[in-house]
Amino acid sequence: MTVGIIELLTIFALAAFVGNEVISKVPSVLHTPLMSGSNAIHGIVLVGTMVVLADAHGPAELILGFLAVLLASLNVVGGFVVTDRMLEMFKAKPDPRPARSEAQAPDAGAAGGSATTPGGPQP
Amino acid sequence: MSFSTIDFTLADGRDLVYLLVAIGFILALKGLSSPRGARRGNLIGAGAALVAIAMTFTDPAMRDHVAGVSHGLNLALMLIAMVLGTVIAVPAARKVKMTAMPQMVAIFNGVGGGAAALVSITEFLKFPHGSVAVYKIFEVIFGVVVGCVSFSGSAIAFAKLQELMTGRPVTYPGQQAINAFVGAAIAALVVATLVTASVPILVVVLVLGLVLGVIFVLPIGGADVPVLISLLNSFTGLAVAASGFTLGSNLLIVAGTLVGASGILLTRMMSKAMGRSLPNILFSAFGSVITAASVTGGDERPVKSGTPDDIGVLLAYARKVAIVPGYGLAVAQAQHVARELADTLAARGVEVYYAIHPVAGRMPGHMNVLLAEANVPYDQLKEMEQANPEMPTTDVALVVGANDTVNPAAKTTPGSPIYGMPIVNVDQAGAVIFLKRSMRPGFAGIDNELLYDPKTTMLFGDAKDSLQKLVSAVESA
Repeated sequence: MTVGIIELLTIFALAAFVGNEVISKVPSVLHTPLMSGSNAIHGIVLVGTMVVLADAHGPAELILGFLAVLLASLNVVGGFVVTDRMLEMFKAKPDPRPARSEAQAPDAGAAGGSATTPGGPQP
Repeated sequence: MSFSTIDFTLADGRDLVYLLVAIGFILALKGLSSPRGARRGNLIGAGAALVAIAMTFTDPAMRDHVAGVSHGLNLALMLIAMVLGTVIAVPAARKVKMTAMPQMVAIFNGVGGGAAALVSITEFLKFPHGSVAVYKIFEVIFGVVVGCVSFSGSAIAFAKLQELMTGRPVTYPGQQAINAFVGAAIAALVVATLVTASVPILVVVLVLGLVLGVIFVLPIGGADVPVLISLLNSFTGLAVAASGFTLGSNLLIVAGTLVGASGILLTRMMSKAMGRSLPNILFSAFGSVITAASVTGGDERPVKSGTPDDIGVLLAYARKVAIVPGYGLAVAQAQHVARELADTLAARGVEVYYAIHPVAGRMPGHMNVLLAEANVPYDQLKEMEQANPEMPTTDVALVVGANDTVNPAAKTTPGSPIYGMPIVNVDQAGAVIFLKRSMRPGFAGIDNELLYDPKTTMLFGDAKDSLQKLVSAVESA
């Protein structure tokens, strides 16, 4: 703990501005994944809990430290996995486009044909 | 300082790696805020976290001799806790249903807040007595209080979303007075802790922090809980930053502060998407006017309900149909059948589009995610702003398990709790069909006049079943 409070406050202040600037325009589709992803990032408190448990002595410190590491592991691991699950849904995006261009190709037959004539036969 | 010799120690190396990790987190946040970079951003974040964790095993705390510390035991406990956490978290996160995502995030957020509070309090136990600067005690108290609020607040948010308790706002007589009392008690005890550095007083502060989290979240209505989780996420970030101050860890300060700052911005964006201000969400006890609103609604008014065949014909001979999905679609996992119906209609030449309210479902973007899973063509998805101008020329609006997001009370009833929230204007379509399980009001707990409108037809039942029946009905129409 040789680092002075002023240095730490400097880092804090700059990080606050970066945090504010880095996410400027988020489409609403991504609000939840972003929340979940940043939730995972604060799971890095695990690093702090590890240091705390490493030189804990006495039952009280050991138990608190153990719980802290456990909770932080849940946060960081679960956070990244759950975010990845949410975002998995987005990777399907490129698929429909090639699929649709195939459907419009001549070999697509009846289904593709009628899909390209919306509002045709019906009143 | 000597420039001729290389004074690069392991400690410098570790700090340098932590700096790269911090940069990784910034890039991760940046990636996560754009559709293209989102998944990569998350992977960068995960990779950076992994590097940081590995590097932490080189920390002097892991081996420096301290009286009474057996590093072997501590390391073993550490590894057990980490493995246990991973073994619990991975299956939980992988198996959680899409509908239960927000409460999953709430849990992971809450435990993070708890961890930060534990770091702060354990470090406090290690402080040498009588020689601690007041600001060090303040850092600890901040971490403990904010971490505890996040922990217990997230637990209540989870209970609300998981429907372990009512999703309605919980209000009781003297609520404001009790909140004020708890707040004042915490403030007084914080001062007492600063002066005395007493462990027992800090423990009382901790308990009051947990109480504060509970009473802070209770009056917030279920529909607003996702916004609340975002706010609590930001709180946890700040608690982590506070424990970073206590430990003198640049990495924790940067990561925690990044999340704290971006989280508050994100929370404001989310509440804006709901057309409300953040203070309004937090302090208005959303829906305390509910009883008044639903009394005027009355329960015994007639509603028109139709058979799948009637509605199938209506859809099949429409020119333009809007599908308006909501939470009911998510619960019933009906996105694939919804697409099937849209395809069947499109094959008959009906123009079909999906009108997506930004906060339909239980989390912003919920519907987009579900419909993307069903490979719905991108050009059929219309955000609310694009969909609303089309509504007057739309023949049929098919509302699948949505309610509050199409409730005209948001435009017409100034007293309503959702007044001012932008809605999908299905009331402007030629006909409205509601696929609903029952007449029960939506998540906000308020009645929807549109259900009783003469141009509205109800089709009761599970959204998936109903859609399946409509597909057959359209096919035979």
